[in-house]
Amino acid sequence: MSEQNGTILRARGLVKRYGSVTAMDGADFDLYPGEVLAVVGDNGAGKSTLIKTLSGAVLPDAGEVWLDGKRVRFHGPLDARKAGIETVYQDLALAPAQDIATNLFLGRERRNPGISGFLFRKLDSKRMRAEAQRVFDELGIGITSIQQRVETLSGGQRQGVAVARAAAFGTKVVIMDEPTAALGVAESAKVLELIGRIRDRGLPVVLISHNMPHVFEIADRIHVHRLGRRVAVAAPAEHSMNQVVGLLTGALVMGEDGAITEAQHAVTAGLDQ
Amino acid sequence: MTTNTADNSKKYTRAQLGEYILRTPAVGPALALLAAILIFSLTTDTFLELDNLSLVVAQSLVIGTIALGQTLIILTAGIDLSCASIAVLATLVMADLAVGGMPGWVALLLGIALTSAIAALNGALITAIRLPPFIVTLGMFTIVTAVARIYSDGQSIPTTDGVLRWLSTQRYLFGGIPVTNGMTIALIMVLGLAYALAKTAWGKHVYAVGNDPEAARLSGISVRRTLLSVYIVAGVIYGIAAWQALGRVPNADPNAYQIGNLDAITAVVLGGTSLFGGRGSVLGTMIGALIVATLRSGLTQAGIDDLYQDVATGTLVIAAVALDRLSRRKQ
Repeated sequence: MSEQNGTILRARGLVKRYGSVTAMDGADFDLYPGEVLAVVGDNGAGKSTLIKTLSGAVLPDAGEVWLDGKRVRFHGPLDARKAGIETVYQDLALAPAQDIATNLFLGRERRNPGISGFLFRKLDSKRMRAEAQRVFDELGIGITSIQQRVETLSGGQRQGVAVARAAAFGTKVVIMDEPTAALGVAESAKVLELIGRIRDRGLPVVLISHNMPHVFEIADRIHVHRLGRRVAVAAPAEHSMNQVVGLLTGALVMGEDGAITEAQHAVTAGLDQ
Repeated sequence: MTTNTADNSKKYTRAQLGEYILRTPAVGPALALLAAILIFSLTTDTFLELDNLSLVVAQSLVIGTIALGQTLIILTAGIDLSCASIAVLATLVMADLAVGGMPGWVALLLGIALTSAIAALNGALITAIRLPPFIVTLGMFTIVTAVARIYSDGQSIPTTDGVLRWLSTQRYLFGGIPVTNGMTIALIMVLGLAYALAKTAWGKHVYAVGNDPEAARLSGISVRRTLLSVYIVAGVIYGIAAWQALGRVPNADPNAYQIGNLDAITAVVLGGTSLFGGRGSVLGTMIGALIVATLRSGLTQAGIDDLYQDVATGTLVIAAVALDRLSRRKQ
């Protein structure tokens, strides 16, 4: 199809309607290799629909998605996972009564080689534990034991487990939905550090967040979503926090050339009704 | 994401112990069983005799076996009120087919096929139409109980077939310990199920589905397929429970095990499996079934009336559930 400009994940003209509500109205999306892209937008702007479309949980009514230059069409989260897109959900999708290693490999368990694995379906627990330990060491996530149950962990540690799972199995993209929303200051800082480390390992990260300071701390670029579509792409290096907030509320608009101006019509449009 | 430092190492040791007990849910029930055995050994002269102990185990076999299937279902946060009625229907069908001249092993296999099919129907209704397990199996309990009486005309059916009675065969181990084939089969089942739950992906998925079905789905587990497989495996187990029942008494009786469903749930709960799903073990259930049988035998020998035995069992059940709830509120 059209040229991909080196994007790893790209979408054009995504539309999704729920009855009379249009959640996505011609949304575009571009993610480049090796970057952290923050997706920001007000509540109801449609960013979660956009993210669900990219992670396979929502099938769009119209529009196209390309992964690594190839047209893709996901019919479920499993499709996206198989294609190398891992998602860290806001509620983490962990089994609290099971241990860390089990959670890391949940749904992707490794069986023993040979007869015991083939005939008796025996899992290779030793190898899974060792691999889990390696991932945690690599990402610098401190935990006392890989056999600890998830429910005994702190909120930040649980986030660490979910992120480690995504990082361990994601080959193309990791999507994180509000990873710091439920965390305190110190734990948030660790999760942001972790996001940076994943990027440094070469895996691009899509970060959905409401927290502007966090976005400005870690993101390379900022996708601003408003009224179901992308209205601007900003960069922490070039724009201020106030400008980004202005863009997502509609008080400011970004022109084709990237110049930011005040939007008079946004105010009058509200009064017209 | 912090590593534990030296200053809270003492707290951690205690946490480790609690962690061990929580992770090995059969520890508590095992201690309770040992306590019960100890008390009855001291208070009665006959309890500790080998023949009596063997009888206690034999008396726990049918409900214990049904409870193994029930455990799988409760681990997925479900419940099966039809379990014992399905097994009772199978005893009648197996006995009837054998009386009609069918080879015992064919009757046995057909009986197991029947229990699997009914349980699979439960599973299909629960997964395909997303009906609550409580309602589906309550309806199935009523239907199957009625069908069993219609089928047998309310009469017992005598069982003489060697294959159908095979589980009652008794051997003496080490020159004196009376062990029936039924006990051996039950032990093999417990070990096999414990292995499947702990060491295979299927087992991890059963726990995960019971723990949090949405998290399981997002992890790529097919929740419906896992649930359906659990109901079918439970159905096979009910078939074997029916075989155990035929080994216990010489007649298949449509009025037997009328509250077997509740007795099975009692054994599961006493064994430390959480009714909220995702936690528990088949080893615990085996111990739970033994606790009930021990209590009954011990109290009988101490001269305590049946009805007071019911009071004791009921109290234990409530205590076990309360302990489960309280132990998790702390987190």
